[in-house]
Amino acid sequence: MLEITKAGPLATVQDQGRFGSRHLGVGRAGAMDGLALAVANCLAGNPPDAPGLEITLPPAGFLLHRDGMLALAGADCAATLDGMPVWPGWRTPFRAGQRLALQAPRNGMRAYLALDGGIDVPKLMESASTDLMAGFGGWQGRALRDGDRLPLGEPRLSKPRLGVWLPQPGNRIRIRPGPEYARLPAPDRERLWNHPWQLTARSNRMGYRLAGPTLRLEQPMEMPSHGALPGLIQLPPDGQPIMLMADAQATGGYPRLAMVLAADLWQLGQARLGSHLHFLLASREDEVRAEQELRRYLRRIERLCDEN
Amino acid sequence: MPSDSPSSPLIHWLGGQALTLELPPPATLHLQRGIWRLAEQLQGHADLREIIPGMNNLTLEFHPGTNPAGWPARLRRLWRQVDALAETSREVEIPVRYGGASGPDLETVARRCGLDPADVISRHAASRYTVFFMGFLPGFAYLGGMDPALAMPRRDTPRPCVPAGSVAIGGDQTAVYPAASPGGWHIIGRSDMRLFDPARQPPCPLRPGDRVRFIPMELG
Repeated sequence: MLEITKAGPLATVQDQGRFGSRHLGVGRAGAMDGLALAVANCLAGNPPDAPGLEITLPPAGFLLHRDGMLALAGADCAATLDGMPVWPGWRTPFRAGQRLALQAPRNGMRAYLALDGGIDVPKLMESASTDLMAGFGGWQGRALRDGDRLPLGEPRLSKPRLGVWLPQPGNRIRIRPGPEYARLPAPDRERLWNHPWQLTARSNRMGYRLAGPTLRLEQPMEMPSHGALPGLIQLPPDGQPIMLMADAQATGGYPRLAMVLAADLWQLGQARLGSHLHFLLASREDEVRAEQELRRYLRRIERLCDEN
Repeated sequence: MPSDSPSSPLIHWLGGQALTLELPPPATLHLQRGIWRLAEQLQGHADLREIIPGMNNLTLEFHPGTNPAGWPARLRRLWRQVDALAETSREVEIPVRYGGASGPDLETVARRCGLDPADVISRHAASRYTVFFMGFLPGFAYLGGMDPALAMPRRDTPRPCVPAGSVAIGGDQTAVYPAASPGGWHIIGRSDMRLFDPARQPPCPLRPGDRVRFIPMELG
């Protein structure tokens, strides 16, 4: 069992997301930095899509009620186990009665905690992710609170210590032009590429609201509602783009400026409020290559963890 | 398809892993039936991770690792061949408590439409609605077919939290909020019917193409 002694502002149970139900209005949810959760899971001896904890802007504290192994990835939160440092990207054994503490991250936004056996919550609609909008999945459909006690899966055989290299998130985000991109006048297209975009405080797991130069289509347009996906960059009438994230609504109606490469979404999960993002134009070839690189990296980690 | 389709659909990429088939306006129930039918035919295809019908459009998301290059041509061909979904015989009745604490905006809607609250209720309950598509929230059905006399713009400021079950009017559409959420529509009543339960199969009692009627409950 994993007891939450200090939940912090927003900690949830997440896996790699809920797919195949968007036509019912059900969103993806899932880890904002899915790469970090996958790596932490592999280190802890779990499949990459096992349920773990997403801990947003700790401090946070946990009391462990059995022996096992844990791994942290994502934002570096100067974690300690009974006062001894726990490095992100390392497999760390723990004993019943030990306390894990995470401090405010120096950079990055979200830390991921995986424990061997995974968090043992039922899958709903094929995923254990918490859907905060609809209030189901994860642990009682909500963010964790102090005192929550989460069941863990069966512990695995103890394994040797192992550390892996974690990629560092950047703020240069690759995007592909969307269906309404061509309706931006040329100077506004330049602005999209050449100006930094600030991540405002009105951002959350549903969407990031960006602040920068005002962009306007040549003609304002009213669009019928259409399917929306995480990574879609919309342009509402106020001219400030919104980037849809993991908890994005299933359908939307704003013009579609661009789409973030799926392989870059994890980096956005670590972008901090107030920080700046830069957009880079990507080709279809760039997109395929980025996807392959990401998968190659994950396969390498999986192999390493299997062998050790 | 749809023999009366005036022009061929547009296909837009959303990055390289999703695309949207869009029909030129206007949206009609006939075209919408073609969209539902196409979505149904594509159900279970190994390339597809999400199939999302919208208003006059259909979005497909592909599994990572698939090569979707052939899909625009395939979609155009499928669209030409699709038959409109036969009118479904399914009719779902949704009991509603109109007005009072359950419908705090009923009086406002009535005033702005130049009607009595009782007229708003009888007009709202008299129509047979069609589920055009699901979106926004799990189980949220966009219902077309409302009496045009009841159409009114959304609230200037959305409420931060609308209770689950709220029956509301926004523009020329009506809907029931399946869960508590922020909302900019006008609330005229409330229903206890559960519109989304992730533990049930299927999780939503409503699906596109269903006919919906609201049944006013007697106060007492």
